[in-house]
Amino acid sequence: MPKDHDGIGADTKRREDVRFLTGRGKYTDDIQIAGQVHACFVRSDVAHGEIVSIDSFAAEAMPGVLAVFTGADFAEVGGNPAGWLINSRDGEPMKEPKRPVLAHGKVRHVGDAYAAVIAETPEQAQNAAEAIEADIKELPAIVDMAEALKGGRFVHDEIETNQCFDWGWIEDNRAATDEAIKNAPHVTTLELVNNRLVPNAMEPRASTGIYDPGTDEYKLYTTSQNPHLTRLLICAFVMGIPENKLTVIAPDVGGGFGSKIYHYGEEALVLAASKRLGRPVRWTASRSEAFLTDAHGRDHVTKIELACEKDGTFIAFRTETMANVGAYLSNFSTATPTFLHGTLMAGNYTVPNVYVNVKAVFTNTAPVDAYRGAGRPEATYSLERVIDMAARELDMDPMELRRKNFIKPDQFPYASAAGLEYDTGNYDQLVDKMEEMSDAAGFAARRKESEAKGMLRGRGVNAYIEACGIAPSNLVGILGSRVGLYDAATVRVNATGTLSVMVGAHSHGQGHETAFPQVVADMLGIDASSIDIVHGDTSKIPFGMGSYGSRSLAVCGSAVVRATEKVIAKAKKIAAHMLEAAEGDISFEDGNFSVAGTDKSVSFGEVAFKAYVPHNFPLETVEPGLEETAFYDPANFTYPSGAYTCEVEVDPDTGKVRVDRFTAVDDFGNVINPMIVTGQVHGGLAQGIGQAIYEETTYDDNGQLTSASYMDYCMPRADDLPFYGVDHSCATPCTHNPLGVKGCGEAGAIGSPPTIVNAVIDALQSGGKDVKHIDMPLTPNRVWAAMNAN
Amino acid sequence: MPQISMTVNGKEVSGEVEGRTLLVDFLRGDLRLTGTHVGCDTSQCGACVIHVDGQSVKSCAMFAVEADGADVATIEGQANADGSLNVIQQAFQDHHGLQCGFCTPGMVMTAAALLKENPKPSEADVRQYLEGNICRCTGYHNIVKAIMAASGQDVSAIAAE
Amino acid sequence: MYEFEIKRPTTIADAVKALSEEDAQALAGGQTLIPTLKARLAMPSALVSLTDIPELKGVCQADDGAVCIGAGTTHAAVKAECASLYPALSELASHVGCPAVRNRGTIGGSVANNDPSACYPAAVLGSGATVITNTREIAADDFFDGMFATALDEGEIITELRFPVPEKANYQKFVQPASRFALVGVFVAKYADGVRVAVTGASEDGVYRWSEAEEALSSNFSADALGGLSVEPDDMIADLHGSKDYRAHLVKVMTGRAVKAAG
Repeated sequence: MPKDHDGIGADTKRREDVRFLTGRGKYTDDIQIAGQVHACFVRSDVAHGEIVSIDSFAAEAMPGVLAVFTGADFAEVGGNPAGWLINSRDGEPMKEPKRPVLAHGKVRHVGDAYAAVIAETPEQAQNAAEAIEADIKELPAIVDMAEALKGGRFVHDEIETNQCFDWGWIEDNRAATDEAIKNAPHVTTLELVNNRLVPNAMEPRASTGIYDPGTDEYKLYTTSQNPHLTRLLICAFVMGIPENKLTVIAPDVGGGFGSKIYHYGEEALVLAASKRLGRPVRWTASRSEAFLTDAHGRDHVTKIELACEKDGTFIAFRTETMANVGAYLSNFSTATPTFLHGTLMAGNYTVPNVYVNVKAVFTNTAPVDAYRGAGRPEATYSLERVIDMAARELDMDPMELRRKNFIKPDQFPYASAAGLEYDTGNYDQLVDKMEEMSDAAGFAARRKESEAKGMLRGRGVNAYIEACGIAPSNLVGILGSRVGLYDAATVRVNATGTLSVMVGAHSHGQGHETAFPQVVADMLGIDASSIDIVHGDTSKIPFGMGSYGSRSLAVCGSAVVRATEKVIAKAKKIAAHMLEAAEGDISFEDGNFSVAGTDKSVSFGEVAFKAYVPHNFPLETVEPGLEETAFYDPANFTYPSGAYTCEVEVDPDTGKVRVDRFTAVDDFGNVINPMIVTGQVHGGLAQGIGQAIYEETTYDDNGQLTSASYMDYCMPRADDLPFYGVDHSCATPCTHNPLGVKGCGEAGAIGSPPTIVNAVIDALQSGGKDVKHIDMPLTPNRVWAAMNAN
Repeated sequence: MPQISMTVNGKEVSGEVEGRTLLVDFLRGDLRLTGTHVGCDTSQCGACVIHVDGQSVKSCAMFAVEADGADVATIEGQANADGSLNVIQQAFQDHHGLQCGFCTPGMVMTAAALLKENPKPSEADVRQYLEGNICRCTGYHNIVKAIMAASGQDVSAIAAE
Repeated sequence: MYEFEIKRPTTIADAVKALSEEDAQALAGGQTLIPTLKARLAMPSALVSLTDIPELKGVCQADDGAVCIGAGTTHAAVKAECASLYPALSELASHVGCPAVRNRGTIGGSVANNDPSACYPAAVLGSGATVITNTREIAADDFFDGMFATALDEGEIITELRFPVPEKANYQKFVQPASRFALVGVFVAKYADGVRVAVTGASEDGVYRWSEAEEALSSNFSADALGGLSVEPDDMIADLHGSKDYRAHLVKVMTGRAVKAAG
């Protein structure tokens, strides 16, 4: 469709913007319920301790206090489970210590909630929380992963180890990979840290629980990326509420980036408290609580080896990783360092041998889980750093080394050595475009200009691939997922021709309310403005697995296509009846049903009306109404890829890094709304640049989070970042979903960190500094220290 | 408890508050003007930026009683009289300067303050002026572009994609 | 926050009286104090707001040329009103916090708080300014007394800061990237009788004068004069943003840049 029709490919302005720009968005904390009371959580200020006693006598007597909960109140209910079962190399299942609603017996990280106070006002709740006297016997904190693996002291005493699992991928490739590396003419080895990040969605988590004793029904407003999964976890695992008695509503949500995928104990607490008190119970996290308790991201320590021929032909990649899972297993925490990481360790390359070993480690720190990219940034960073280092050792151009080993377009579908089947891609084309857009040829002149100012300029490159559209139930089932990963949509055509499309994906910044109607409008030949998206309310939508893993359009969008196809199929039956023709003779184009070879036609609107006013209707073959639901479960992941480059300037006197130019060329397959896709890339780039240069999460030896506010955790600001050059014209559509789309939400965060680090190393080496690697974030102090290490 | 009154978006309002009541809590809780957001507790994120007597302030770092008698403007009062988006709001929509929308009210209010001080800001001016406003979604590219466009500058040369 | 009442006196005398009550605390712009109260790190019985006292506001020039700034003058007003009177101070003010913070935060509040990473203390000490309170005048050299500590007595209010205007001056701030406070900030001011160099952000003892640099620059006001000097790292702050060595290094780099920029 042409762009002015707001169909597929149009830069349609976002309709949701109007409410956000006028202050009429409705986020969880904006929703006030009559009779509401407030929860305040009592959180551990030590990283590890035995709860000897909790005395809430004084607190309960304080003004406005309605109830105090402790871990004992939830001792008999279930725990918050890990969603993926990972088996160790020896076949043993991973260790799964219970994650209770409130800590019971022990506290295991600073911020671990062991009690909650409900009071009439937030201040009263906080006053009473301070009055709770807990005798917590502090135990030595287990913070460092290598130390944790030595054992002796345990985060969870009942499992008698701090190792959650020791996973090999692909275990059968281990011996061959070891052998290949042993015999290789050249091996580059790099030890690196993928730094822990705090997701920092700008809206802090918030939940309001409402129990209706008249119907025995619960309602939960919460900041969630996937309300159905939250409902499932609360009902089936944590509280045992019948699933038809709980409605979960995720209204406007102010960003997620992974941190709001998961179910958290606060959600269960407000529901339980609401039932006990018969009042709506609300809680909104402070930013300080968010730092301490939102699931963090990354935190890998990795040794990677790249074996290759003297001419640079790759022979093998082998990695050993320690992945921090924190104090408890968050819902996706075991999938992130394994199947979202190890399976990508062949990158874009025709390398024959890959072996990945990951040990997941419990520590007395906040739980770690999927954060924008989730495992794939870690894989990309390891690969693209070691390749860059190898190029320098082999004295080859870094991009030429990559090109030499790229999977070529005629090799697709390509079975990677890490166990995935990539459907499409054209990596050389992406690099060509990147070099053109970024004016690679002009770099030498720009470097001279920088040098004249006393600055060191470097250029970094990167090629990445990711597995997105997190789904195929069949595949993730083999990989250990305990849930199916598909999505669902209902397309409801109203009698007057407007549509409501209920989708299982959840939009918290991605613009689904605008982009999904573009798809339906295109298929039905109608105006997108007559189509509304309904999302985020389990009582209104059929089912859904939410938004994460760049999956919304590829999986849920495909469900929308399937449901719309069903609508068209049924509408054809009705049209055939109306036109007194055989169904097989009806064609549908531009919103009209017509009979082949005649001028007889009816519009989509007329058919919709007929469906609901079924006078003279062939009831024996067609039911009234026009509403269809589809569940879509794809055949494979999707495989977005890209080529990135950036130029940085490093101040040799201070070590300060400034990103001067950044170019991201991505292959997302087909694109529905280029404006939105570009915006997604921008945001991902900022988070990736943040990881590379600014964001550092640090715990001290006692397990205290020392980067616990914006005073110490550096969120990238506008003046830290450049304008970005972004392109997605080099598309190789996905072959196995009906839209040919691949997903774009995480790419920027995956491709950018190694690009930045590669550029800084290039800059330092150009200035004669013998620096081969610096761990992220490349803060001024770290860069300066690396330059002056000798 | 102190009685306060002020003008908010052109309307006289009054209320009874505690000394410790922050201006943002008065706006959100008492006046139900929930467009002004709270994203941190250290007065750094800027989601709560409003205008008091024509100047941008962080409403989480000012007590409600300190605004007694003041002229307060919030995001809810920014649209044109006919309800259409004002120039800055429209530029944010046109240039996709928002995603989740949470930081957006503070961004729009800060942008308005900037353009009042500096009607034709350079890219560097805009970026520096936004140092007290954090956005986690957009990477700032389209926010900077939108603000420059709202100032009447031609932004077509800035990479559209 | 804990409960407290807020008093809004309109004269210095009334403010002083209100502050004499037990656990009363002054509230200037509140840009540091309010986040502290939110974290329940302070428990005043009353806050005495200084923002409604007209005599605490404004910038003027004394007969001897000194720039006199009312303690309740906001950073934004310092930036605007000192632009021609004392450009280096105006420039410093324009990088304190962010625009919204500059519209509330005041110079007096910042100086009284003496955060070891704040910018104003460097200007006050580097200019050899006089801190004027409701009871006395205190020379800058006698005012700052280590991190968050000053010569102010209980209930004493800064009313004005008097800056002798140097021939040349410049402030260089290397920002701590998260907080945007100074990781290291150096204020250099050249007067007829010598050069003053004040360093903020770096030392465990708060703002201090780098006397070796002052001596070297007094005889030769050029970045080259610093060549032979080194900064002792022992007393420097070490945190996740900068080691002692790094801060010591930055003191020298920023001093050199300030001298160059001062011209």
